[in-house]
Amino acid sequence: MLDDIDNQNIELQLLLQAIYLKYGYDFRNYAKASVRRRVEHFMKKENLNSFAETQHKILYEVNFFDRLLLDLSVNVTEMFRDPNFYRSFRQNVVPFLKKQPFLKIWHAGCASGEEVYSMAILLKEEGLYNKSQIYATDMNQVILNQAKEGIYLINRLKLYTENYQKAGGKESFSDYYIAHYDHVVMNKSLKENILFSDHNLATDGVFGEMHVIFCRNVLIYFNRDLQNRALGLFNDSLINHGILCLGSKESIRFSEHSNIFVDVDKDEKIYAKEISL
Amino acid sequence: MQRKSPYKAIVIGSSAGGINALTKVLSVLPADFPLPIVIVQHLHPESGHHLPHILGTKSALKIKQADEKELIKKGWVYLAPPNYHLLIEEDFTFSLSLESPVNYSRPSIDVLFESAVYAYRQHLIGIILTGANHDGSLGLKKIKETGGFTIVQDPKTAEADAMPKAAIEATTIDKILPLQDIGLYLLQLVNRKYN
Ligand SMILES: C[S@@+](CC[C@H](N)C(=O)[O-])C[C@H]1O[C@@H](n2cnc3c(N)ncnc32)[C@H](O)[C@@H]1O
Repeated sequence: MLDDIDNQNIELQLLLQAIYLKYGYDFRNYAKASVRRRVEHFMKKENLNSFAETQHKILYEVNFFDRLLLDLSVNVTEMFRDPNFYRSFRQNVVPFLKKQPFLKIWHAGCASGEEVYSMAILLKEEGLYNKSQIYATDMNQVILNQAKEGIYLINRLKLYTENYQKAGGKESFSDYYIAHYDHVVMNKSLKENILFSDHNLATDGVFGEMHVIFCRNVLIYFNRDLQNRALGLFNDSLINHGILCLGSKESIRFSEHSNIFVDVDKDEKIYAKEISL
Repeated sequence: MQRKSPYKAIVIGSSAGGINALTKVLSVLPADFPLPIVIVQHLHPESGHHLPHILGTKSALKIKQADEKELIKKGWVYLAPPNYHLLIEEDFTFSLSLESPVNYSRPSIDVLFESAVYAYRQHLIGIILTGANHDGSLGLKKIKETGGFTIVQDPKTAEADAMPKAAIEATTIDKILPLQDIGLYLLQLVNRKYN
């Protein structure tokens, strides 16, 4: 059994290497324990018993890889996830944003877009939307297309409406979408200033001069090296005093960039870039 | 020549009735207990933030919620944060995940145990306490198959016996113990000298 573990480690590494060489997606520096779980989970679902067979299918069947890609990353998200975060953002970040002539905002790892629309609503209510250019990126094209469409299942709306209210929403949440049978379509006016595009935090580069970067619930799936790479990108992409927002269990505390950021709201993981010149 | 205990960490899974059971086990262990302890206790996602405090008042050990990327140290008891899976990486740091519940549970005991096996291999002690579901059996099986040590609370002493029973059915258990003996047994197990 001990040998098994070593062999499985080797096979997993080979499989991730194969994905990288063939498709350019680099999972080699993801938190290994959870990547392993997700690969194994996927294999179970597809009735595959060995890494070798899985690797063969990855190399020779593009459709197979597309399915794996969706399962390899965790895509769960919701509107106004962690309502207190949005409350704090209104209180602690919006005043700074009101002073800026224009805003560039980046959602890295936006998944199916719920976070982006939530923030678009907040920006509208605070009178900031019209001066904002919003970039919403994810490495996963399938998920990104869902984000672009902005269509969500109606059975999630009860939770989203509650979240919206807890997050300090100022209007009625139902003003922001149109219901059709079992789904809702987000208002077009929310999309006007949003640009959706492909961006991989493991392999792509810097992204302009941002006032705010959101990267929530993405870094927990990275190992420390990849976290450092991503945080380095954020550091390089933020203006001085720019704002970085991470997920509720993520922190820059253990990273090599921690000294460049100061706490804006420690509990809600809101940081500001402060370089003293 | 005598060697110290071959064990480097303890993982514990508990569910219904678990807070009492954990309190009993932890209250016996001294502040200088030589192994880190990592616990998944099933909880409602909105509650559980007080668990470190609740357990801490009755234990000499230092107890905290596990942080992402935190290095595991002896003398500490780590609890999975409510609503997240807790995993152990091979460099003995934690990672967290929001992927779907396993056995209807997040955190899931199986997820913790399986990842712990890759990190600690045969140097691991796995314990299943009271609970009303089957989470943890597969993980405990993996611990046993890899050469670790398995302990299950005697179902007769469990507030809910489904989880210990499922574990006993799933694999060979090294020790089935009444709740009040588990802490003392751990002390013997890690202080025993090996020839
Ligand atoms: C759990 S979702 C987070 C969604 C949203 N930010 C939230 O907090 O609700 C994680 C997203 O990160 C994306 N992701 C994972 N690795 C990435 C990478 N290397 N570059 C860009 N996006 C990545 C996944 O495709 C997934 O959509």
